[in-house]
Amino acid sequence: MEYAGDTKSDPQRRGTRRTFAPWADSSARPLVRFDDVSKRFGAASAVERVSLDVFPGEFFALLGPSGCGKTTLLRLLAGFETPDQGRILLDGVDIAPVPPYRRPINMMFQSYALFPHLTVEGNVAFGLKQERLSKAEIAARVDEMLALVRLEGFATRKPHQLSGGQRQRVALARSLVKRPRLLLLDEPLAALDKKLRGETQFELMQLQQRLGLTFLIVTHDQQEAMTVADRIAVMDRGRLIQVATPQEIYERPNSRWVADFIGDVNLIEGRVLEVNASGTVVASDAAGRLHALSPADVKPGDVVWVALRPEKVRIAHAPPSTEEENCVAGQVTDIGYLGDLSIYKVRLDNGTVMKTAVANVTRLLERPIGWDDRVWLSWAPEAAMVLTR
Amino acid sequence: MHGAMTKRGEHRSWGERLIVLVPYLWLTAFFLLPFLIVLKISLSHTAIAQPPYAPVFDPAAGWSGVVEAGSALSFENYALLGSDWLYLASYLKSLEIAAGSTLLLLLIGFPIAYGMARAPRRWQPVIFVLVVLPFWTSFLIRIYAWINILQRDGLLNQLLLALRIVDEPPAWLSTDTAVYIGIVYTYLPFMVLPIYATLEKMDQTLLEAAADLGCPNWKAFWLVTLPLSRPGVMAGTLLCFIPIVGEFVIPDLLGSSQTMMIGQTLWAEFFANKDWPVASAVAVVLLCLLVVPIVVYEQMQTRDLAGGR
Repeated sequence: MEYAGDTKSDPQRRGTRRTFAPWADSSARPLVRFDDVSKRFGAASAVERVSLDVFPGEFFALLGPSGCGKTTLLRLLAGFETPDQGRILLDGVDIAPVPPYRRPINMMFQSYALFPHLTVEGNVAFGLKQERLSKAEIAARVDEMLALVRLEGFATRKPHQLSGGQRQRVALARSLVKRPRLLLLDEPLAALDKKLRGETQFELMQLQQRLGLTFLIVTHDQQEAMTVADRIAVMDRGRLIQVATPQEIYERPNSRWVADFIGDVNLIEGRVLEVNASGTVVASDAAGRLHALSPADVKPGDVVWVALRPEKVRIAHAPPSTEEENCVAGQVTDIGYLGDLSIYKVRLDNGTVMKTAVANVTRLLERPIGWDDRVWLSWAPEAAMVLTR
Repeated sequence: MHGAMTKRGEHRSWGERLIVLVPYLWLTAFFLLPFLIVLKISLSHTAIAQPPYAPVFDPAAGWSGVVEAGSALSFENYALLGSDWLYLASYLKSLEIAAGSTLLLLLIGFPIAYGMARAPRRWQPVIFVLVVLPFWTSFLIRIYAWINILQRDGLLNQLLLALRIVDEPPAWLSTDTAVYIGIVYTYLPFMVLPIYATLEKMDQTLLEAAADLGCPNWKAFWLVTLPLSRPGVMAGTLLCFIPIVGEFVIPDLLGSSQTMMIGQTLWAEFFANKDWPVASAVAVVLLCLLVVPIVVYEQMQTRDLAGGR
């Protein structure tokens, strides 16, 4: 396989990032393994039969709507909850008997949980003091950490004297200073404003690669997960729905739920007419015969959904010239101008509404396509995905 | 221009000024003026008259009357407080009992407050009501109940004899122990509630963060819970210590007549000796004594608010 050995020996992994795929290597040893783990709170099931591997050096994201169990998975790892069923292995060893304060895992809390009675320095040094390190070493490592998160001048401040962004960096420094085998991040950027969040996402990625650590982040923000993670686990109601790279999740979702949760999607229901070497032919009420190249385990007669990302659908006043294209006619009912993109909603002749996103590549103020125009939507067979559930 | 143009804070309306004035007016009428009267009486001397002290300002005599009365004031009563061992012993006894019982209150009150804050959410209102429940009956009745319990053939001795812990019934009433029991019993809610309030507000994820950083539970209590409960501990300590120093009813009913707390001395001067000036001097010195811990507390609070810089 392409993956080349242990990541810890290669902290300067930037160049090899392209080929970093330990999950595809059957000989790679996971750092964390969830083995059929379940957790219930009263009658409600928070985590249901989750099996999952996270590899050393990975930036792994748990993504899902609120209440889907992603934070519970994190708390199970940190030791604040114990699984009702199944095992959690760290480096191949079951960590069930290890109390939270002895796990080589640190967590950055969503609320940051900074100690209000301690200074920035005191907060960052707290974990090191528990290890009974010498004063000089503690001071050196705290300084190093504060420099890393660019908070050098703030060592003697109390948390309430800091801005939200600064508090976030103190929390990060405090959770990193013990050099954990695994860093857990619980919605680490949720409290920041949008612009700062965007910048901090890239800082997190750089930090993770520079330190060569394994990060496990929990987020409900799909853009955030797509930006930072090597792999994403999409969760819903305690179950893992799909675990894959961001690209795969977006371009090859395994279900309508994932396709709809990650980004925007047009779904057209239909029945498989034939499966041949050049793909799948689907008969739909909304758009007639559709041709899709997507590989799918289907046979003629199956009920399927053709999923189309709006940015892959072209819109024009005339039907496309090539025969290959899928094509359907309709009327523009809504136009949303977002600056970089324009979203067109088109009602097809049978009433189905489809969305298309068009990049605004010119600065023309006049839109070539207006409300109520008769238009043709078209897309290449390789743009369509065939989903069976 | 119109009133709406004025900025907030720069021009206050009459209503706003009045509201700001209310506490000051209250304190002036019911604290500052009475205190000045007491201060003036403490500088007078006794007289067989009505009122039983002299000089008395005579408004009819005008300014010369004020000057005449003023020149007759003296500090002799304060000199007396310093020269007679009775007063000093009384102050020391009060401080000793107040300090001792405040410490006991802290030792008993903190675990109770901690238990309340850690109890399941839905139980907390019930426990809260239980803590303040004694206030439903009169304070005096509760102290009389203690007399009943502590007297020679009272409930406590009956229990001790029945359990064969003692052979001879010990005397509880009219001892310092009885005073401590009465004070701790009476003031416990004033210690528990402020500590409970700070512990209950404390973010529980801080303890998870401490555990996450390698800190076992007992250590997290010392390093996180205890420091963060300081405001409540300080408030509870003041709320108990200050009124206990001036406590009169409990030592009078449960304590001995040998050693008097300052409240009892004050009462004796006022009602037994009819020496209003000395009684007033005792009160003024007591007030000055109690201002010290309040000022220290205020300073600690401002330092806390200012933060680490």
